[in-house]
Amino acid sequence: MYRYDQYDQAMVDARVAEFRDQAQRRIDGKITEDQFKPLRLMNGLYLQLHAYMLRVAVPYGTLSGAQMHMLGDIADKYDRGYGHFTTRQNIQYNWIKLEDAGDILADLASVEMHAIQTSGNCIRNISSDHYAGAAADELVDPRPYAELLRQWSSFHPEFSYLPRKFKIAVIASKRDRAAMRLHDIGIEIVRNADGEPGAAFYVGGGMGRTPMIGPLIRDFVPLDELVTYSEACLRVYNRYGRRDNKYKARIKILVHELGKDEYARQVDEEFAHLLSQNIEPPLAELERIKTYFADPAFKTGLPTDTDRLDPDFALWMDRNCHAHKQPGYISVTISLKPIGGIPGDASADQIRLMAALAKEYSFDECRVTHAQNIVFAHVEIGRLHELWQQLDAAGLGTPNLDRIDDIIACPGLDYCSLANARSIPVAQKISERFAVNGKSEVIGELKLKISGCINACGHHHAGHIGILGVDKKGLENYQLLLGGSEAEDTSLGKITGPGFDEAGIVDAVEKATDVYLAKRTEGERFLDTYRRIGMEPFKEALYG
Amino acid sequence: MKILTGNDLKTGAVTWWDGQGWSLSVDDAVEVGDDADAILARESGAQRVNAAYAIDATRDAAGVRPAHIKERVRALGPTVRPDLTLKPADPAALNWVI
Amino acid sequence: MAESLGTGADTVQLRFRDDRQVDHPAVTVDAFIDQSNATAVRIEPGDDARLLLGHLDRIALVEVNFPGFGDGRGYSAARILREAGYTGEIRAVGEVLVDQIAAMRRCGFDAFAPDTPLDEADVAAAFNRWPEVYQATTDGRVPIWNLRHG
Repeated sequence: MYRYDQYDQAMVDARVAEFRDQAQRRIDGKITEDQFKPLRLMNGLYLQLHAYMLRVAVPYGTLSGAQMHMLGDIADKYDRGYGHFTTRQNIQYNWIKLEDAGDILADLASVEMHAIQTSGNCIRNISSDHYAGAAADELVDPRPYAELLRQWSSFHPEFSYLPRKFKIAVIASKRDRAAMRLHDIGIEIVRNADGEPGAAFYVGGGMGRTPMIGPLIRDFVPLDELVTYSEACLRVYNRYGRRDNKYKARIKILVHELGKDEYARQVDEEFAHLLSQNIEPPLAELERIKTYFADPAFKTGLPTDTDRLDPDFALWMDRNCHAHKQPGYISVTISLKPIGGIPGDASADQIRLMAALAKEYSFDECRVTHAQNIVFAHVEIGRLHELWQQLDAAGLGTPNLDRIDDIIACPGLDYCSLANARSIPVAQKISERFAVNGKSEVIGELKLKISGCINACGHHHAGHIGILGVDKKGLENYQLLLGGSEAEDTSLGKITGPGFDEAGIVDAVEKATDVYLAKRTEGERFLDTYRRIGMEPFKEALYG
Repeated sequence: MKILTGNDLKTGAVTWWDGQGWSLSVDDAVEVGDDADAILARESGAQRVNAAYAIDATRDAAGVRPAHIKERVRALGPTVRPDLTLKPADPAALNWVI
Repeated sequence: MAESLGTGADTVQLRFRDDRQVDHPAVTVDAFIDQSNATAVRIEPGDDARLLLGHLDRIALVEVNFPGFGDGRGYSAARILREAGYTGEIRAVGEVLVDQIAAMRRCGFDAFAPDTPLDEADVAAAFNRWPEVYQATTDGRVPIWNLRHG
């Protein structure tokens, strides 16, 4: 994975000094909260229900063992012993003091980490495929391109005060494992007819109040024009994105209101101009970055199967493991969704254990997924059982990847000042309900996502089943959505009808899965059955 | 009644206007009536509180109870981590929030 | 008669030019296009800086207004003018905080007339903060990725 050189380190160190300065000026009363807020947001520091919350960047979701270990230590030293992994592959700490923030950023900088631009109206963390470098179906590892764009987007002097936040995802496979079409810019690395690699740009996707699937704006940008084209996309947005209404300020609204062809035309005009400005990095830079993402020293001649006599282990292996491009290896998902647990949370001890295990079993690297789990990408199949035993002993062995209890949930009203309803208790009750009724296994793949408010940080629009918490006359209420998908078959969920209270939504989810079980044909997932039979049978079951 | 809540600037801890300063306990919150804006302006300007705002609440024998669940969560702590709340040993605390 | 706006000589706190400061009244973009003798123009966030291309040789001063520091359109306006070859003064006026001036400088601003005067120590710190830069702009600083590869 990428390692900072002295230039990267100097930038992060300078940012720590800058933020210390800014925080001190705020504490001393030299700047107001209104002036300080955008500055602290650009360093990932929110003011939430209980305290400040710090969102640490995990670029394209990749961490070394040492970095993961530091995240555990920060949880102990500055927080209350745990962290929360997010739907954008980052980690959040909920109990931060402003007066500690500078020290935390300095600790992070010591392991090449930061909280730069994880909030604010600027370009955010660039996400990618959690199986990058391991999946057999990828064209190339997408992360070097994400790293190039990370540097391009960090402290960009023109784009630090955009109309609104800006999220980019980069993938390099037809299977979309990063919800690419639901980003402000989604990039797929592709090959053209001559076999040359380049980037397809989808612009204007997003969730939130008005979810949209990003249309294709340019089917092929050569790799040596990637930064220039991105710059053109951003400049058009910075100049023409709406600033009159916070809820209409994302680029998806601009693309929608202009129409994708007009937006593409304006970008092309700006692109043609910018090409004359020579802002593109030398191709040698991409080549340099790629050397950090070369295959690790895979062994050959390894066993391609293993002893499956332990039924619990066998279930976990079948459920949580993903085929690897290299014979003898496998990619492993560590579930942070224990039955009845808080989705995405991990204790400091668990985080440090995963750091040590990553070092031992996966070439000292792990990934955060947008489903709030952890992936070890390169594990020897022959060592899988040994790894599983240690994960299981630490409560990290739940065999539920992509099952109904692999729930994605935002922190919700238990933590977040934007929320209308609590999301975590709903996740817990659903998880417990399906543990009791025993139906998860027979249901199979079902991606359930819960957001505590319309901002959709839980990605509920993209859930096969989605739940949206709302405030109904001062009380928590939950809307049910069906049929969303974050994968390459991207779709947005539809509301079933009137909402439910907390007990009601858990029943509603079970009723919806019962309809699926009754109506499905061979091989159909929940999503497939819904797409075939439509909403009516579900409405019938839910509302009588 | 109207009460004021905010966060301590340096620590981020949730605080409640108690008539003279900012208390960590919601039960110390006092009725501010029409003085809300004036108090907020003065206290924010003096850096004694951050992001403060006025809310509705009721006072009974048990103490002060904010009208909306959001501020009750602020008053106690996350309902899903009783151990991290202000009343980790109190089984009735969760019912008070919900 | 076009409304004249603009900052006076004494409100320009920082200026990084050797030539004499011009303080002819700045007119709006619309008025500027109509008035053949105007030499100073003021860009508001919603104005299209490219309307000035073709007139650059008669402009001595462009003021870019930041009614609120959170509206970043002025950064694009300045860069567009510099990319087009404009060499006159570009002055940031309005709500300009010390935290923005380094980025503004990179975008082509060479004078600053903030509503609230900036603390001089903070200004020095801001301009000395970043030893290197990641991106190329017209300021001539070599981006890190070029430094890496000679």
